[in-house]
Amino acid sequence: MTPARRRRLIMVMVIVAGVAIATTLGLRAFQRNLLYYFTPSQVAAGDAHPGQRFRMGGLVALGSVQRAPGSMTVRFTLTDMQHSVPVVYTGILPDLFREGQGIVVHGRLDKGGLFTADQVLAKHDSKYMPPEVAAAIQKAMQAQQDAVKAKGAS
Amino acid sequence: MFTWFHKLASPPYFYLLAERLVPWFAWASLLIILAGLYGGLWLAPPDYQQGDGFRIIYIHVPSAWMSMFAYAVMAVAAAIGLIWRMKLAHAVSAAAAPLGASFAFLALVTGSLWGKPMWGTYWVWDARLTSELILLFLYVGYIALNQAFEDQRTGDRASAILTLVGSVNLPIIHYSVQWWNTLHQGPTVFVGTGSDIAPGMLVPLLVMIAGFMLYFAAFVMKRIQVEVLRRERNTNWVQELIDKP
Repeated sequence: MTPARRRRLIMVMVIVAGVAIATTLGLRAFQRNLLYYFTPSQVAAGDAHPGQRFRMGGLVALGSVQRAPGSMTVRFTLTDMQHSVPVVYTGILPDLFREGQGIVVHGRLDKGGLFTADQVLAKHDSKYMPPEVAAAIQKAMQAQQDAVKAKGAS
Repeated sequence: MFTWFHKLASPPYFYLLAERLVPWFAWASLLIILAGLYGGLWLAPPDYQQGDGFRIIYIHVPSAWMSMFAYAVMAVAAAIGLIWRMKLAHAVSAAAAPLGASFAFLALVTGSLWGKPMWGTYWVWDARLTSELILLFLYVGYIALNQAFEDQRTGDRASAILTLVGSVNLPIIHYSVQWWNTLHQGPTVFVGTGSDIAPGMLVPLLVMIAGFMLYFAAFVMKRIQVEVLRRERNTNWVQELIDKP
């Protein structure tokens, strides 16, 4: 390699390394702002400011969805399996909203710990499978649970 | 090996090689994309959660993939062009940029159309979507900068540096769904050892990606030919090529 090419090679490597380091430091500094949402555990730890609007993501707790009759208001609990936050929302829910589904809510947390959402987005997971396979997995898990229960009863 | 590399870098040699290869890549890509579409739209089963709506994955994922692949090609070409002052390398970058921009645009549009029914919104400013949008802006910036100078060599060098600076965005796009909470889903195709997508759905997706790769290969070569002709328009070999009956 000629000296001129070596010099240019070093220059290219310095540019790329410099930009990479600067970007890494910049992204680390803005880590909190880059999070699209907080988890209920982060909210419980006081990472999100009460009274300010923020997004919270988690699973809709099983059996927690309650619809007020005659209105579009829905109450449910958002959980990450460690902490839970009750949520109230009035409006149209996305198609994928259901119990056990990952969702992101945007709104405010009041002092009493109730989250009032004005937007609900559904977060679909990274799994893709035919409905028959999903049903078979569900069935297998149910059978396993039943077996554990039967063992406990005997 | 090294002599072959030097031969490949010579514009007339590359021009004639591309002339022979382009039809093969173009026809192969057409056949493979048609096969992939048939597999994706007819043979693949509907998804357990998203029903038939998930089928947009067969355009969305290959487009997003290619938008990053095209940029990686440009970044390597930019480094070669800057270090070895190879003229063909800059032509490769200039030829790949509009294709990459189209793929990035397609990935953003299909993602947006997919997001409305599934997430409930066309657009959110999460890390994955934002970094992909920055990729589109990088492509547009490259095209603008490359053509902003009277002297082609100045434009090539300036835009090659922009390409290298922008290449830090590639790992950010790729890992954005793991580093930060995003509304966009995490990785599906390569997860540890296995894959989170049923084989009957995965195969058409891989076929589509292969088809998009061949499409890119065919059209980037065709575009390099045009770039080479434009850049070498005052040379003897181009004159001979034109004079040939």
